[in-house]
Amino acid sequence: MGYKTINEANEAVNQKIIAAAPFLTDVVPAKSVIPELEEHVLLHAGPPIKYENMTDPMQGSCVGAILFEGWAEDEEGARELLENNKITFIPCHHVNAVGPMGGITSPNMPVLVVVNKENGNEAYCQMNEGIGAVLRFGAYNEQVINRLHWMKDVLGPVLSKALKAMEGGLNVNVLIAKAIAMGDEFHQRNIAASLAFLKEVAPIISALEDVEKEKRTEVIQFLADTDQFFLNVAMATGKAMMDAAATIGHGTVVTAMCRNGENFGIRIAGMGDEWFTAPVNTPQGLYFTGYSAEDANTDIGDSAITETMGVGGVAMIAAPAVTRFVGSGGFNDALETSNQMTEIYIGENPNFAIPTWDFKGACLGLDARKVVETGITPVINTGIAHKIAGYGQIGAGTVNPPIECFEKAITAYAEKLGFKE
Amino acid sequence: MLYTIIKENTYQDSIVLMLLSNKLSAMDGVNKVSIMMGTPANKDIFKSSGLGTDELEKAKPNDIVIVVDAEQEEKVTEVKEEVEAALKGESGSQDASKDQEAHNWKRALELANNPNLALISIPGQYAAMEAENALNEGLHVFMFSDNVAKEDEVKLKQMAHEKGLLVMGPDCGTGIIHGLPLAFTNIVKEGDIGVVGASGTGIQEVTTIIDRYGKGVTNAIGTGGRDLSTEVGAITALDSIKALNEDPKVKVITVISKPPAKEVQEKVLNVLRNIEKPVVTLFLGDKPAYQEENIYHAYTLEEAAVVSVQLSNGEKPNFEPKVKEDVNVALKDSQVGIKGYYSGGTLAYEAAVLVKAAFEDEVPEEKKEAYILKTKHHEIIDLGDDIYTQGKPHPMIDPEKRIEMLETSGNDPETAVIMIDNVIGYGSHDDMANELAPTIKRVLENARQDGRELAVLATVVGTEQDPQGYDKQVETLRESGAIICETNDQMVRTAINLVGGKVEQPVVDVQTFDHTKEDLSVDEKIMSLINTKPSVINIGLKSFTEAVQSSGSECVQFNWRPIAGGDEKLMKVLQFLNYYEGDKI
Repeated sequence: MGYKTINEANEAVNQKIIAAAPFLTDVVPAKSVIPELEEHVLLHAGPPIKYENMTDPMQGSCVGAILFEGWAEDEEGARELLENNKITFIPCHHVNAVGPMGGITSPNMPVLVVVNKENGNEAYCQMNEGIGAVLRFGAYNEQVINRLHWMKDVLGPVLSKALKAMEGGLNVNVLIAKAIAMGDEFHQRNIAASLAFLKEVAPIISALEDVEKEKRTEVIQFLADTDQFFLNVAMATGKAMMDAAATIGHGTVVTAMCRNGENFGIRIAGMGDEWFTAPVNTPQGLYFTGYSAEDANTDIGDSAITETMGVGGVAMIAAPAVTRFVGSGGFNDALETSNQMTEIYIGENPNFAIPTWDFKGACLGLDARKVVETGITPVINTGIAHKIAGYGQIGAGTVNPPIECFEKAITAYAEKLGFKE
Repeated sequence: MLYTIIKENTYQDSIVLMLLSNKLSAMDGVNKVSIMMGTPANKDIFKSSGLGTDELEKAKPNDIVIVVDAEQEEKVTEVKEEVEAALKGESGSQDASKDQEAHNWKRALELANNPNLALISIPGQYAAMEAENALNEGLHVFMFSDNVAKEDEVKLKQMAHEKGLLVMGPDCGTGIIHGLPLAFTNIVKEGDIGVVGASGTGIQEVTTIIDRYGKGVTNAIGTGGRDLSTEVGAITALDSIKALNEDPKVKVITVISKPPAKEVQEKVLNVLRNIEKPVVTLFLGDKPAYQEENIYHAYTLEEAAVVSVQLSNGEKPNFEPKVKEDVNVALKDSQVGIKGYYSGGTLAYEAAVLVKAAFEDEVPEEKKEAYILKTKHHEIIDLGDDIYTQGKPHPMIDPEKRIEMLETSGNDPETAVIMIDNVIGYGSHDDMANELAPTIKRVLENARQDGRELAVLATVVGTEQDPQGYDKQVETLRESGAIICETNDQMVRTAINLVGGKVEQPVVDVQTFDHTKEDLSVDEKIMSLINTKPSVINIGLKSFTEAVQSSGSECVQFNWRPIAGGDEKLMKVLQFLNYYEGDKI
């Protein structure tokens, strides 16, 4: 209560996003911070979905997670559990979490913990597994499962120790501000932030006396190899920021965007936890040799939380290097994309100044009203998964949310405020 | 065979598309073609004009739809190419001045330099919403758009009045604000006569006659035809009258309207009786029953103009109607009909008033379709009526319907006189006289071959400063054989005279009336509107921007397209949210 107009409420939401103080403080087993993650419970990306409606990669991720947890001996056993509804599914977003691509998160997977010190809330995201055959794209072979165990047993605990060694954890805003000036947009390109992250943790990890040298080397090597490691940090950060902003409880700023391969879902501040969904689009972009649009899975993953906070595809101008990769022309196209986004984002975030945009702040506060009014939807940078589980990533590009989500959201909100036709 | 072409997400204004329809219709091998935006209303027009197809249903309000009736499928490709070329030209020219044009309010307001006036010419169903947006931004509104609901007009005008702003229109065809011609307007000299008018061509006729008498009009404020209805209560007219009263540069105030609701007329007269400046009123259709000390009640547009000029010259009002006596046309006894085919609604209405008065015994048949008047012998038609303009350009732009009417009535052996108007100025056809002249010639020639004579009377509404040039238009029409009358009043009286009738000029006494004291103060925002060159945001027809700019005023073109893809429910939702103020948030 206490806002005179929707513009005022939206401004309050934006101020809450600007004020956010996200710190990466720990890496812990998911079940230790998400009590809902009991035996036979899995988290997934996007708005709620039934197992039978999941696309093949997400189903494959489920098989992988079950094998990792040891709830079944083999694929057959895992499929049996899934098909007989023995597994309970919860959207990541419902338990303060986000998950990339399939977003399948199981109780013993390690998750990054980002604390928003301004608001006191936490958000979680599993760690990036690298590229190639990985669980988030639906792969579940032995190598994938082994890597997950290594992440649980080695990477997670080592990073936990390193982060705890930092007073108060790692200030993520500072890292983002640095990396945006080095050409990252935090969805398609995270290499600068990942290196900056490595720069922060490497000296600490090297000095961890209670960790075997071999493990320290493995961890450093993994972080050095994983260009997209920071994406998952950015996602947890986005979630921590946007959940805090959502507590304003009024207005039309979008507080979550996510996809489950079937539906695209959004939330707006004025409608709390309610999802407004519509069928997802399929990304458009460039494909690795040998693949084409015909092989592409529909849009999937919680990573659009980055665009929700105003980076990712929306901040294309920050990352001219990837504009080609995601299928747009070049610098001028990137500029045009970001300029166009200012018609639907109502503010700019002074914390994230973009040098290539004449130091204008990254977009802030996606106003669902503006989306409906202009017909312009946010541009989301995304990886493209093969539609068959296990092939992994086959390309990258951009995708737009279906506008119906925004139409439904503002109509519901207007009705809540007393609008009658 | 019908072929459908849909161009998704390419909005164009209806006038652009209508002109394009005309152009495409002229292509060889095309039987019929229509190009419109895919709104539900337009789809109905397609269907009712025999161009309904299944594909058509898929089109959305932001899609351009072309339905072609052609024998050969190859024609469709040609039509498509033609459309592409035409629209490319359109958007190409927009690119050149890209920086100066906006496609949303935010940008329009950024580009504009202290804007104070929004000129709105977008489709009626969207116009009220944008007018409200304009008022919320503190802009006066000139609403050229028609088909705006009366409730919306009431709401907008009340809102404007509370904010100290003026809403001119809806369906305001013309206006002059501090010497700046708006919409369909003539270039008139500036001067000390201030005009408030509820009608478009009424204002044009009066201001151009004033101009030809050597006097001028700095402000001619259009109110829209329903302003003096009971529901609207003359909100705009009263604010305008008060503004002209307060403006020291205005010497005479001239008020033109169709007869208003009785109580509204009293309200307006009461305000006028509080005013010390000389006032001329014309409630077109009411034969004045009295004069007042300070208020001259005129009977016709010409009279209102002439008396305004006399008062501005400090002379005593004295008006004698004129009839052209030197018309040499031998009519047979069977030729008794007066046929008037007008592009100007108020001119048509004035013609009907006078013809009716001259032939009182001929009881008019019930008003139907676009007949302003239809008796046994006579007919007056307003070709600008909605019935004729659905999906077609206005007759001031498109001569087609008039040509058709001229031919039909010319072939009718009962027709004695045909009357046509040629309203020139901004927004009108570049050379309408030249379009009509061949038909006039042919109609006269056909009648002669049929052993009849016929009088075609014409009047040109305009000034020498207008882009088409008054004298040139008159000359072209005269050469075609038309008899030129200086005013509509003279044309109609001449027609009546030719078939043996006469309209008596009312001779009346001066009476005095008690009046209640009225607060004549007016918001300074309205004063500054009429006292400074407006800075305009033009929402809709681009030609209006060009006209404003060529008159030396600042104007930002707002290339409007329906928000929310033209979905009316979502537009209402947005409107609700954008202006929500309440205790729920």
